Amino acid sequence: MSRTGEELMRRVLGPAGPELTCEACFEHVDRFVELELRDGVAAAEAAVPGMTAHLEGCPACAEEHALLRSLLRAA
Amino acid sequence: MVSPGDSTDVVSPAAPAAAFVDDADAWLMALRGEGAERERALAELHELLLRAARFTVRRALEQRTHLREAFDDLAQQSADDALVAVLAKLDTFRGESRFTTWAYKFAVLEASVALRRHAWQGREIPLEDDGWRSLHGGDPSPGERAESRELLDALPAAIEQALTSHQRRVLVAVALEDVPIDVLAERLGTTRGALYKTLHDARRRLRAALEARGFELDGDVGRAGR
Repeated sequence: MSRTGEELMRRVLGPAGPELTCEACFEHVDRFVELELRDGVAAAEAAVPGMTAHLEGCPACAEEHALLRSLLRAA
Repeated sequence: MVSPGDSTDVVSPAAPAAAFVDDADAWLMALRGEGAERERALAELHELLLRAARFTVRRALEQRTHLREAFDDLAQQSADDALVAVLAKLDTFRGESRFTTWAYKFAVLEASVALRRHAWQGREIPLEDDGWRSLHGGDPSPGERAESRELLDALPAAIEQALTSHQRRVLVAVALEDVPIDVLAERLGTTRGALYKTLHDARRRLRAALEARGFELDGDVGRAGR
């Protein structure tokens, strides 16, 4: 494996704090992304606690979040 | 946070539908209505979802060129599926985002899932529960702390002792082998949410096991130490 030890640990151990489920992530991701683009990620996380941690731990949700954000930024 | 591409120069995505733009009430009234007005709203919504699906698929093609020939089919099918999902969930729209943003997420989800499944079609999924035995982080990177290396060295034993066989297989497949969680869920006959819970529980167990061995794990595990 070419990953660094630190990356491996992050992948294996995941985020430390409380996080949303995949279902809750999908439910709130539209609101989160709009807040993130308008007010920054800290404000978005404050409105949707646990979203950032889930995006760190779930590659699929992270991919979809990034795509939605890119879509809105390009609009 | 994983961010597969944030540049804005790839494709021009959806311009909101002309008649409704971001007026959620107009969208909802038309979609819940009847006759020609509803048909027009459905057509505009489908066009909007198709643009979002195409945006998603084009982004994926930047990294997965072998998918190019499937582009149109994937985008069309994803937009069709997203339209069905949006209409089925219409009553759950609470106006916490623009209607178009809310609708886009269905197209992004459908297209992303379709792309991941297409990419793994016919591929064998590694499901060995001992895949972690080869876990190692390569040579220490400059600046990597001895404590981090010590933690990495302790991981295999913690995985073996703290996790069930099922948890180990999910952890190895998703976290180490990069198997998309929805692809794995489909192969195992379960849901993405259920599988993520398995992964989440496995990670919690691992953290507890490592902390019981004296490791102090903060949010940034790359800087953990005893």
